[in-house]
Formats: sequence, structure tokens, C-alpha cells
Amino acid sequence: MGDFIAALSHSLPDVGDGLLTTVEVTALGAVLALALSFALGLGTGSPWRTLRVPLRAVVEFFRGTSLFVQLFWLFYALPILGYQLTPLACAVVALGLNYGAYGSEVVRGALAAVPRGQWEAAVALNLTGWQRLRLVLLPQAWPQMIPPFTNLLIQLLKSTPLVSLITVGDITFRMQQIRAGTGDTRDAYLLLLVVYFVLAAAATSGMNAAERRAKARLGLGAAAARRPRATALERAASRGAA
Amino acid sequence: MWHWSNVTESLPVVLRGFRLTLLATVLGSLVAAVLGLALAIAGRAPTRWVRVPVRAAVAFVRSTPVMIQLFAAWVLLPRLSVTVIGVGVLGVHYAAYTSEVYRAGIDAVPRGQWEACTALSLPRHRVWRAVVLPQALRNVLPALGNYAISMFKETPFLSVIGVAEMVHQANEFGSEHFAYLETLTLTAAIFLVASYPTSVGLRTLEERLARSH
Amino acid sequence: MPGPTDSAPLGKPRLRVPGDGLDRITFEGVVKRYGDNTVLDHLDLGVRRGERVTLIGPSGSGKTTILRLLMTLERVSDGFIYLDGQPYSHMHGPHGTLVPADEAYLRQVRSRIGMVFQQFNLFPNMDVLANLTEAPVHVLGLDRDEAEQRARDLLDLVGLADKAHAHPTRLSGGQQQRVAIARALAMRPEVLLLDEVTSALDPELVAGVLDVLRDIAQSTDITMLCVTHEMAFARDISHRVMMFDAGRVIETGPPERVFNDPHHERTRAFLKAVL
Repeated sequence: MGDFIAALSHSLPDVGDGLLTTVEVTALGAVLALALSFALGLGTGSPWRTLRVPLRAVVEFFRGTSLFVQLFWLFYALPILGYQLTPLACAVVALGLNYGAYGSEVVRGALAAVPRGQWEAAVALNLTGWQRLRLVLLPQAWPQMIPPFTNLLIQLLKSTPLVSLITVGDITFRMQQIRAGTGDTRDAYLLLLVVYFVLAAAATSGMNAAERRAKARLGLGAAAARRPRATALERAASRGAA
Repeated sequence: MWHWSNVTESLPVVLRGFRLTLLATVLGSLVAAVLGLALAIAGRAPTRWVRVPVRAAVAFVRSTPVMIQLFAAWVLLPRLSVTVIGVGVLGVHYAAYTSEVYRAGIDAVPRGQWEACTALSLPRHRVWRAVVLPQALRNVLPALGNYAISMFKETPFLSVIGVAEMVHQANEFGSEHFAYLETLTLTAAIFLVASYPTSVGLRTLEERLARSH
Repeated sequence: MPGPTDSAPLGKPRLRVPGDGLDRITFEGVVKRYGDNTVLDHLDLGVRRGERVTLIGPSGSGKTTILRLLMTLERVSDGFIYLDGQPYSHMHGPHGTLVPADEAYLRQVRSRIGMVFQQFNLFPNMDVLANLTEAPVHVLGLDRDEAEQRARDLLDLVGLADKAHAHPTRLSGGQQQRVAIARALAMRPEVLLLDEVTSALDPELVAGVLDVLRDIAQSTDITMLCVTHEMAFARDISHRVMMFDAGRVIETGPPERVFNDPHHERTRAFLKAVL
């Protein structure tokens, strides 16, 4: 244990780098996944078959094949076809595609759960499709998306050790280096588990705060209930119909 | 670039790995199904000394990466075979998920059912076996199936501790014959062909169960 | 019917009823609190063997709580409950003290009390017959044939002989409640608790259930405690009616007297709103 702590304190800057890399990979992957969730989620819920069917196939493809395989494919197989991505790019693209596919189901489900009457009222107000989405449907669907998104984010965070296998210098990678240097194994992994646990807890509380804010803006929270607010529909009507 | 010969040559190797992948998935899912139920019931124990540690352990296992758990188990238990370690870790990791599913299912049983059991003085083991669990488990089956499919797609993690499952085999062949493109694509295809119909089947099962109420 | 009554607005009712005159159920200074809310406030209550008592009063007055305490679905915050003179909410501790009863003790005595719930609470994963035989087999130790015979006799009694293998969810509310009554009676309890058993039923199904309960009242001497809004039914079967308000008994007496000539002002107001 003493050796390990000594080695750890010597390589603190490396460990710090590793931690930052983990956070970076998680954040970039999450951003790409979020964007794809909406793009794919809206696409797979669209009324046009020519859009819906191929996108559905894309979603099922990335959900049905393993993230591990997708990552390794980008790192090992893609160069054979002539395209080379940096390890970090491979990581972000794989995470984004995989979790974007799962996230698209969350978006599609949350939009479908908005009461039909809202959509009908928006049509009656002559809002365009995009306005309907932007001003009425998405704001109401968004708070429902946050809990499943939180779960996906935590899962994404827990998949990041994978990237150490394709030479991305995340915290797992750095710890493996220290471990190899000291011959200690048990403490390194225990410490890693604690680090990921703390990161997961931080991410969860951040998302919970975001959920509370989103619900308050929609008038669903306790504080918002005390203030009279225009409904999303009323605000949309004043902006969209003009 | 793409050589079909690589596909035909690697197929037997990859399929051999697939057998191990399937074995690990089935065994791991069984462990997760049984252990998860035990954890869910223990998590509702009347005494705090059982309930709190169980819930804390479940939360910890659920929030930490399976890959690190595999490494940790691998160094802590050097005398066990890697397949046993792999199945064990997957099983325990997913038991943490399934215990939450079981817990939700048990919580969903109406309180009136528990009260009727008290009114009839039913012994505790009958309350669980004859009344609560049959109602709780009815809705749990599709969720368990989904976790089995997720586990299936996470079996490649076992390759990092040396289990000769599908991805391990694909990489080995791929590096020896510089056939990564074909082997990894083949592996992806096998995953898709195995998991997609199963997912669809599970979804129809879920819908049918929901309708029969 | 009952002898002379003596009902004070508060406190212990004294009443004679046919039978050996012993109390089947005794509440002594029972208090029940939920957080800051005191639902029962030093309640004293006596119910004789074979007596049928209806509890009436506004919601929240504590009537259902009394039934739930008797069925051990809740524990008393203070005070004692006795069954046939023996401690029920408590058990004998060291040096002659009374300590709160533990589960093992309750399991020995609880079977003497049965309850029918407003929401029926039949087990949906068993058919009707299994619902009726489960407890007799696993609690009373009857063998399966004996339990089944008893169950079929009870189904005859409640008019559902042909539904033995039906699934509870396929039965109407009235039928389910009659099965629930049979299930409670299968345990041959000495006391039957009825908690608003017709309140969740469609109006046209209520009569069927009340008829069954009337039969039981006339043909057995089971002690009954009934919370209900069905005043005609209360008048038909009860020896005594107790009016509750804010956790205390404010009036008690035979149904004709209480309904026709209520002494207490709040009883008058309540009956006027309900009858």
C-alpha cells in the first residue's frame, strides 16, 4: 500500500491528466450523443417513411451491436479502409453513436407522451412543424427526458474505461501505468472504483438539479405553482402566430 | 481492402468464441436473475443492519464500471479460471440492476394485498411465495430479458481478462492475418443478428403482458 | 333485543346484551397518533360476545382506525386492547408488566379476528377456491380436502357456488366482495370486522352483499364491528350503534334510539346529512 501511495503522489499530474481526459471523453461523447438523440429521435418519430425507416435501421444497428465492437472497429478496421481517426476521435464517435441511438428512443418516447391535445392545439394555432416542436412539444417533453438521460449518462461514464484499450490516456490508462510500475494491483483498482463512483454521483446530482430547473420553468415544480405563468401554448401563440 | 477469404477463414474461429459468449451470457443472466431477487428481498429486510449495507453495496456496484470490476476480481482471485471470474462479475454487476427492477415490481404490489395477508395471518413465507412474488414478477420478466441482452453486448469486456469470447477471437485472428476489417465487421454482424430479433421478441412479449391485464 | 342503555356523551357505555355478558373486545385508553394528528383520543370501548356494533360518523373521526388496530394493521400509540379479557395489543412481560406484543404473540391470537376490506383485496394470482383455502391450509393447518370442503360450503352460503374456479378479476365488484367475506369466514373468526365493505361498489351490487351479511348476522353469533354508511343495514343487524367524532365516542345506543332520537347535537347533524 505504501509503495502505491508513493507512486501515486509522484505521478499526481499524470493522474490529474487522466481524470481530465475521462471527463473530456465523457463530456464530448455525451454532447454528440445528445445531438444524435434528438436528430435520430425526431427522425424515427417522423411521419415520413423515407426518413423514418432508414433512421430506424441506423438506431437498431447501433443498439444491436456492442459498443466494444464499434470502438474497436473504428480504431482497427476503419484505417484499413483508408480513414484514420485519432484514438480520442474514435472514442467520442463510438460513444456518441452508441448512446445517441439509445437516447433517440428516450426522445421519441417523451415526445409521444406529450398529450395529443397539445399537438392539436398547436395545429389549430397554425404553427409550423418546427414551431410546434420548438415552442410546444419539446419544452413539455424535455423534463421527462432527463431521468432516462441521466441513466444513459452514467452508463456512458461507466463505459469510458474502454477507451484505455485503444490508448486514450484516461484515468484507467494512467492507473494501469502506475500499477505496472509498482506491481501493486488491488489498491489501484479499488481507488479507480471509488473515483468512478464519485464521478457518477456528481453527474447524477447535476442532472437532478437540471431536472428540477426544467420542471420549474414548465410550472410543474412547487415553487412555480405559486406564480401564475403563461402556458407553453400561450407563449407559443403570441410568438408563433405573429 | 475487403477480402472475403478472411471472412470464411475467420468464421470458425469467431464462432468458437461465440459459443463462449453465449455461455457467459446465459450463466451470467441466471446469476443476475437469482442474486438480484435475493438482494431485492434483503433490501427490504426489517432490520437496518441488513438493509443498509445491502442497498449501499448495490448502489456501489451499479455505479462503477464493469471493466474495472473485472480487473479487480481478476487480481483478487488469481486461482479461479477467467471464465468463472467473468461470469461471476457480470452476474453480480447485473444483479445490482435487476435488484432495482425486482424492487420496483415488489413495490408495485398494492398495499391492500399485504393487508389482506395480515388479516388472514398468513406466515411470512406464504406472503412472499403465494401472494407478493407472483404478482411482482409478472412485470419483471421483460426487464430481465432486456438486461440479458445488454449483458450479451457487454461480454466483450471479458476479453480484457483473457476469456476467449467472440471479440477476443476476432482480434486474435485479425492481428495474425491483418484481417481486422473482416473479423470485426463479422463480429458486429453476429451481435446484430443475435440481439435484434431477441429485442423485437421481447418487445412483443412486453406488449402482450401489458395487454393481458 | 338489548336491555336498558345508559349512554353518556363521552366515556364508557354500559349495556347489556344477550349472551354471557363478557366483553369480547375491550379498548382501554387507546390513543392513536399519526405524527401530529391524534386520531383516537383515550378511547374506552367494550364490545360483548355476539354483539354487533356499527360505527358511524364523519370521515377522519377514527372509525376505520379502530378496525385497523384490531386487525393489527396499525399499532396503538398508547393504551391497551384486550380480547376476551386477555391482552391483545400487548403481551405479558417480565414481573407482570405489559409490553407491546411481538409478531410471534400476535400470530397466535390474530386468527380469531377476520376483516373484509373496502377494496376486497382478493389475491389476483389465485382462483376463488385458492383464495379461500390458502389461509386455512397454511395457518390453521387444515388438510387440503377439508379446506376445500369448507370453502365450497362458504361459497354456497354467499351464493357463488359455481364460481369456485373463476378468476377474481373476472367477477363483478359485488361478487368479489362476497368472495372476500367467504375468505374471512373460512378462518372461523370470533370477530368479523367490516370496513365500508359496500362503499366501493356500484349501487346495484350493494344489496347482494348486504343480504349475505344479514344472513350471517341472523344465522351465527359472530361478533361484528361494522363501519358503514348504509343506515338501513345498520338498523337491521346492529345491537348497538356508536357515533364517532374527532376520535371519541360521543353517543351510543340501539339503532332505533340513536337514529330516531339522537341525544347529541353532532349526531343529529350527521344523521340529518346522511339519512
